[in-house]
Amino acid sequence: MRAYIIRRILLMIPTVFLVSLIIFVLIRMIPGNVVDMMVSEFGTYGNVTQVDRKAIEHALGWDVPIYIQYGRWLNGIVHGDFGKSLWKQVPIIEDLKVRWPVTLELGILAIIIGQLIALPIGVYSALRHDTGGDYIARSFAILLIAVPSFWIATLAIVYPSIWWGYMPPLTLIQFTQDPIGNLKMFWEPALILGMGMSGMTMRMTRTMMLEVLRQDYIRTAWSKGLRERTVVIRHALKNALIPIVTIIGGQMGALIGGTVIIESIFNLPGMGRLTINAISTRDYTVVSACLLIFSVSLVVFNLLTDLTYGFIDPRIHYN
Amino acid sequence: MAEKSSKNKNGKKARSKFSDVAIRLIKEKPLGTVGAVITLFMLFVGIFAGWLAPHGMNEMFTSYVMVPPSAQFPFGTDNLGRDIFSRVIYGARISVIVGLTATFISVVISTTIGVMCGYIGGKFDLIVQRFVDAFMCVPGLVLLMVIVSMVGPGMWQIIIILGIQGGIGGSRMMRGIVFGIKENTYLQAALAIGDSTWIILTRHILPNILAPIIIIFSMNVPGTILAESGLSFLGFGIPPPNPSWGGMLSGDARTYMFQAPWMALWPGLALSVMVYGVNMFGDAVRDLLDPRLRGGVGRYGVKVKRKDAANSQTSNS
Repeated sequence: MRAYIIRRILLMIPTVFLVSLIIFVLIRMIPGNVVDMMVSEFGTYGNVTQVDRKAIEHALGWDVPIYIQYGRWLNGIVHGDFGKSLWKQVPIIEDLKVRWPVTLELGILAIIIGQLIALPIGVYSALRHDTGGDYIARSFAILLIAVPSFWIATLAIVYPSIWWGYMPPLTLIQFTQDPIGNLKMFWEPALILGMGMSGMTMRMTRTMMLEVLRQDYIRTAWSKGLRERTVVIRHALKNALIPIVTIIGGQMGALIGGTVIIESIFNLPGMGRLTINAISTRDYTVVSACLLIFSVSLVVFNLLTDLTYGFIDPRIHYN
Repeated sequence: MAEKSSKNKNGKKARSKFSDVAIRLIKEKPLGTVGAVITLFMLFVGIFAGWLAPHGMNEMFTSYVMVPPSAQFPFGTDNLGRDIFSRVIYGARISVIVGLTATFISVVISTTIGVMCGYIGGKFDLIVQRFVDAFMCVPGLVLLMVIVSMVGPGMWQIIIILGIQGGIGGSRMMRGIVFGIKENTYLQAALAIGDSTWIILTRHILPNILAPIIIIFSMNVPGTILAESGLSFLGFGIPPPNPSWGGMLSGDARTYMFQAPWMALWPGLALSVMVYGVNMFGDAVRDLLDPRLRGGVGRYGVKVKRKDAANSQTSNS
């Protein structure tokens, strides 16, 4: 097991390297580059000459060949230095330290809430297969897939404020300072994100439970006189879990996109809003840093998903 | 199954297969039929938006700013005095155009990459797939935002970007399917009698991946529509005066929603209905054409259909 983990982590290195290459090249391909923007920004105060342009390019480190720029960038990141924001001239890592925990908390809460919705309803739906309750549950799952989270979030902000004058808090409350206030702030966005995730998981849970409940060992478990709870949870759900985990793992990319949208609606100062602001101001060092961090988290999530299989199903050997 | 494939040998096979699928859709998949009706309705609304909409999409009634829904303005008006009903109708056109064309582009790209990787294989496949791997590690929405900021907002840019992004992501599936086909004896035979690569690709591989192509197309349309509306919502999609459903919920409109909540309601509702319908339709098409693509891993894969499950003990054929 340990050897497998080490090998997987080593295999992550070329992937992350390629990802960084793609991100770097992509961002350098952007036509209206930040130097032009800065020149026009400073140009309003006076004439900008070719010399100033060179100076700006030098200050950004863009006057050397592109592969050297890439090397410098990568070298910095390996040493935990993401460079400085082009406009604010502060190290990006300082921003990331504040914003990453917000996005991480939102994401983790959303995953937990999503499963709390999906698994019970999916299991119920399979147990009451082809009854009224099943139809309601399945329609609910389809509804969760079809309804876009940004619409629900918009409604969740607009209507409560009209009906009850309720507004979600606008400034970030740290979990360490006020855990309850923090959760009050996060439950609504996390619930909406979790709902968006749960539709797919719910359908997969139902399908897999139906599959597993037909197996002989379930019949054996019933005929041994085990309680329903034991049969369903210990015998059936546990064996249905692998494809469900695959589905959950596959949703992580969408979850990251979801946090970007939800953060901008609920005014949460996380990575998503940092990225949006950076893109609009053409702050490419920040954009690359955010993209890289998002991508690396996806790679890590994929690894965690693969490792989970071993815990769920002891027959799976890693070698 | 064997009976049907022998029937398909004559010339009118495409037609008979199409009507066959349509009949089975109505008979076996009530939800899929509902989805198909919604899809066709939205397609109709999108195409004939110019005739259906009572007002122009950017026509402003300055004396009717933020009027609640009424007989004259069924969905109310927005902060600029535009009729939301007409804008939602025109929004269907944008969603239909983006959903269909972007998905079409993405399927063409997926098929090209997938067939090349699957057919050539070897080192070429290995290298291309590493890039696809790395590409799939970059979260889609964030990547789309970056690329839109590169090429600028606009409908055609969005269509092409969504097409390329979906195409690279979807190539993995096509590659797997082509690998599966390569194992078949008829392909070995074609190679053995010395068919040219072109003949093999067009006469042997393409006809056999047509069903998956249709399935992937119909399954990807809702995701593309949602991606477009999400991008427009964040301000990285179709620029404001155009009535994109996502865009109608964003920007300036958000500050006025507290006084005119109907502004927040209708575009999202239309979007949800459309995505719901296309989703249901796509699922039904997949189940009818090739239920194996439903997903699941190895032996966990669903092989028995739900209705068959009940009478599988009696008629297990």
